Amino acid sequence: MMNRARITRVGALAAASALAIGGLTACQSGGGESSGGDVTITWWHNSTSDPLKSLWADVASEFEADHPGVTVKVEGYQNEELQRTLIPNALRSGGGVDLFQAWGGGEIKDQVAAGYVKDISDAAADTIEAVGPVVSGWQVDGKTYGLPFQYGIEGFWYNTDLFAEAGIDAPPTTLDELYTAIDKLKAAGITPIAVGAGDKWPAAHYWYNFALKSCSPDTLKEAQSQLVFDDPCFVEAGELLQEFIDSEPFQDGFLATSAQQGAGSSAGMLATGKAAMELMGHWNPGVMGGILKDDAGQDDATPPEFLGWFNFPGIDGTAGDPTAALGGGDGFACAQWAPDECVELLEYIESEDVQSRFGEIGAGIPVLPAAASSITDPNLQQVLEGLQSASYVQLWLDTAYGPTVGGAMNDGIVALFGGQGTPEDIVKAMQDAAATL
Amino acid sequence: MSFSTTMTAGSATTLADPARPRPRQRRVNWKSVAMIWGFAAPALIVYVTFVIVPVGLAAVYSFFNWNGLGPLDRFIGIDNYVRALSDPTFLKAIGNNLAIVALSLLIQGPVAIGIALLLNRPLKGRALVRTLIFVPYVLSEVVAALAFKLILQPSGPLDALLESVGLGGVTQLWLADQNVVFWTLFFVLSWKYLGFAILLMLAGLQGVPDELFEAAAIDGASWWSIQRYITLPLLGPTIRIWAFLSMIGSLQLFDMVWVLTGGGPVNATVTMATYMMQYGFQRSQLGFGSAVAVILFLISLVFALVYQRFVLRRDFAGSVTRGA
Repeated sequence: MMNRARITRVGALAAASALAIGGLTACQSGGGESSGGDVTITWWHNSTSDPLKSLWADVASEFEADHPGVTVKVEGYQNEELQRTLIPNALRSGGGVDLFQAWGGGEIKDQVAAGYVKDISDAAADTIEAVGPVVSGWQVDGKTYGLPFQYGIEGFWYNTDLFAEAGIDAPPTTLDELYTAIDKLKAAGITPIAVGAGDKWPAAHYWYNFALKSCSPDTLKEAQSQLVFDDPCFVEAGELLQEFIDSEPFQDGFLATSAQQGAGSSAGMLATGKAAMELMGHWNPGVMGGILKDDAGQDDATPPEFLGWFNFPGIDGTAGDPTAALGGGDGFACAQWAPDECVELLEYIESEDVQSRFGEIGAGIPVLPAAASSITDPNLQQVLEGLQSASYVQLWLDTAYGPTVGGAMNDGIVALFGGQGTPEDIVKAMQDAAATL
Repeated sequence: MSFSTTMTAGSATTLADPARPRPRQRRVNWKSVAMIWGFAAPALIVYVTFVIVPVGLAAVYSFFNWNGLGPLDRFIGIDNYVRALSDPTFLKAIGNNLAIVALSLLIQGPVAIGIALLLNRPLKGRALVRTLIFVPYVLSEVVAALAFKLILQPSGPLDALLESVGLGGVTQLWLADQNVVFWTLFFVLSWKYLGFAILLMLAGLQGVPDELFEAAAIDGASWWSIQRYITLPLLGPTIRIWAFLSMIGSLQLFDMVWVLTGGGPVNATVTMATYMMQYGFQRSQLGFGSAVAVILFLISLVFALVYQRFVLRRDFAGSVTRGA
């Protein structure tokens, strides 16, 4: 079934792009209403399905109830549209949004450099301290510009029933074991892995994980700060990926599959038992629950019972740290022109009460250590364990390298998935893109 | 964009026309000047603000290395243009646009004329057939693209239909196979826009006087001869206008491709507009994206001007060309 809200949004996007095709007019408007009078906070997040969408709606109305005169307009948008189009356009036009999703890394750095983001170091000092070291991704030059509300790592989500059916006793811990599992699943007539390569980033994450295993943490840190990709380990990552693709573990037509929309998406295939595994972030159970409710007729948004989780397997003889993990967080930041109440709302989102409720609904891993015990979902407990035992956590590479290099990297990787280009081409595309900055 | 330029130019000339026959009259008729500006101003203001100014701004941005955040302070000359025109992906986008222009003219045109000729004859249920053919054009492009995305997915409704009639062997990865997806896209575009072409042709056919057919029939001309020597020549202006709209639409193709394939897989269906969206907005390089926009604008403009100069001249005689 088609989602009505989504159609409207795509339509709005198309209309916005049509306007933008002629060029870009930026009109300064709105924002900066003073405290005291009636204040409206426009809040954009990336949750388009329950349970998280409802939680944010509840948080908004509770905040309104506690702050007379404040109206919170809360709206959830599809992640990529929000990140790549809606937020940059709003920031550029100097209005339209107050509290917005912030992914950290290279992106918030650019936004801060252009003066679009409110410095909350002093206003939210207590909350920043309570959240702890994960805030660093939202800090620039020692000042804090946003706060993550969740932080997690990715791994393979798998269907324990299908694994049992194929005679796989334990989740793979090495790449060789993963290959064996893929062969067993194929022999049992099961699609081993679903990947949403139509959205590009889900495919690109395979390369990120291979790079994480082939490159040492020092090389990765240098690549992130200098955008230098000379180390041969980046080509090696592509070679490992090439070998993986050649083993044909993915569903038919994966190049056109989307990641999160509907039962035909990669998350939908895993949720409905049409594929055995998907490499995806900690948010996946929430996405799958939403799909089961909206598209498969399930009464509520409970994630499938058969779900299991394991970290991306280690690879023998590579330079990478075997316990390193790839992850990222979701946060919020206040626009420069946002009213002071925006920071108060952000602090409310980070409160132990809201963070614990976030953990309870199983939508992800709350960042507030005091709320860690609220995680009841056994899979998320596993993700949390993986996060805590990781010696090094690398931010998603496209987020870390920023949209220009990240976009070139993702396109190069998808081309490899499509049988075009070589491992060297991916690195060259990244170097070329970095040269245009 | 360029099409609306034409229209405005046309109407401006028409508005100025009444003054021309009496050039010696010196006294300015302020009342009529005020009236002309009074009527023209609202449209002009909107047109200048939302078309002319953005086009100019895009041209300015295209000479800068600019990520859309902060001030324009890194002038790089024509580097963005050089980069776009030496990028194989952008050249492929231009090729895809031109292929769609050619295929639309060569396939959609004849099919539309044929169906219009059939529908112009007395036929049981003609009104119903005409309505059905026009329905796809009325649908929003995004809705149509999402519907086809569902229909064309692997083991989706289309594959199920083909299998149920014993054609399981011809099923393809309609949207995922890089060698098939372009034709899938062209099919969906034809499905969407054929109705519009047929409607135009039917309207054109209404303008052919019945007397000519009667005279031809009295002379003993066959149905085919009548179509060949009377209908088609008299349908000429309609066909030429349709071809113009189809060309400009094909060059600026965006919504359908963006929703259906996103320009993929691996750039198999990339068009100039999706390339601009991908590189300008998604990769936050608005200066480069603006250069692509300007190239797209210039290509469309050249097409429009050449076509008007050499093909539409007779049809526009008197309005745009001062009645040669």
